Amino acid sequence: MNQPIRLTPPLNDEDVEKLKIGDRILINGIIYTGRDAAHKRLFDLLKVGKNMPFDIKGQIIYYVGPAPAKPGQALGSAGPTTSYRMDAYSPSLIERGLKGMIGKGMRSDAVKEAMKKYKAVYFAATGGAGALLAKRVKKAEIVAYEDLGPEAIRRLVVEDLPVIVVNDVRGNDLYIEGEKKYRRK
Amino acid sequence: MREINVKLITERVRDLCMKANTDLGEDVLQAFDRAMEGEESPLGLEILRELKENARIAEEEKVPICQDTGFAVTFVEIGQDVHLVGGNLDEAIHEGVRQAYRDGYLRKSICHPFTRANTGDNTPAIIHTEVVPGDKVKITVAPKGGGSENMSRVTMLTPSDGVEGIKRFVVQRVKESGSNPCPPTIVGVGIGGTFERAALLAKKSLLRPLGSRNPDPELDQLESEILTAINKLGIGPQGLGGRTTSLAVHILMMPCHIASFPLAVNIQCHAHRHKEAII
Repeated sequence: MNQPIRLTPPLNDEDVEKLKIGDRILINGIIYTGRDAAHKRLFDLLKVGKNMPFDIKGQIIYYVGPAPAKPGQALGSAGPTTSYRMDAYSPSLIERGLKGMIGKGMRSDAVKEAMKKYKAVYFAATGGAGALLAKRVKKAEIVAYEDLGPEAIRRLVVEDLPVIVVNDVRGNDLYIEGEKKYRRK
Repeated sequence: MREINVKLITERVRDLCMKANTDLGEDVLQAFDRAMEGEESPLGLEILRELKENARIAEEEKVPICQDTGFAVTFVEIGQDVHLVGGNLDEAIHEGVRQAYRDGYLRKSICHPFTRANTGDNTPAIIHTEVVPGDKVKITVAPKGGGSENMSRVTMLTPSDGVEGIKRFVVQRVKESGSNPCPPTIVGVGIGGTFERAALLAKKSLLRPLGSRNPDPELDQLESEILTAINKLGIGPQGLGGRTTSLAVHILMMPCHIASFPLAVNIQCHAHRHKEAII
């Protein structure tokens, strides 16, 4: 395995073009959280041509609904949720400059096409490793939709958040390649 | 008749919900170790190591193993010589869940199906009660995450499908689930009964300790055949490729109608949480 690569958003086309499937990445700096309900709201804003609650250009969205923080924690346990439920919304966000998504599970062809066309990547974080991932979150603040509770959009400051590149800008998919490599008759 | 105050049940449910969400069972940790011995993928091994480290942090710091602290699925076995006093059993369980998810900093994940408005306290619990001989009450809390539950299915096979039909359906279900349910998974299988009973059997089968054998030799053999087939799929830890797609297959079976062949597959993620108490 190669050494992990450190990435700090905002990302541009060149940053994401360098990444290939299987690369281990450590994300630093600011990322945003958003899952089912928040995505629907962002999508509805775009439909009527309104501004989003944060500038999405070059950013990474982490599909997570964290547990409440205990005293002394920036954020409670915070592993990824399954990504296919965001597939209906992601292409529009990628078109508007979203450069990265963190989740788990395979994306639709439409999302993969959008990643190729507009240069974005999809990362997997380890599902169920919520306690470990939360330790890499240094700060968390709600930027929109507080009423959604765990589903509110949060701005996180992370330090070495470990993820793996699953879909790169060339249309490769680690889920497909990995399964092929280890399949037995 | 032994009297038990339902307040005691509230306390136990509260404790079990919190403990289940922070302390992964020893049987699961041992299953990770066994999986690591056979895992060929370097990335797969790395993930299994992460899961062990995650479990250690969760237990030491008493924080949830996974942020999806689940639907509070509660099995209650009530001895027929027990008289419950001091209130309503279901309400006592809901109250235990309410207190645990508030005091334990657990995520509230239950909402209205249409509006998606959160109930705010992770209630209602899913309660399965059973009356059994004796004068004790046994409570098992098994918080169930949404990601793996979404990959579960019930099907009504036809009797001519036979055992091969079971194998085909279960392996196909795991294959189609891919990386979604957080592999390595535990696959609960319910065979027979009726539509709803098959699903309950599948869920109950998950409560058997990992690494234990099925007491029925025929089902034990079937479990091992299905597990071998699943682990040839190549999905691996987190679906990134590898040998360890599932840690175990568990089967519970009962007779069914002469016209039917119900089959349920309940997929459980590696955050395989369940704790029990006896009053």
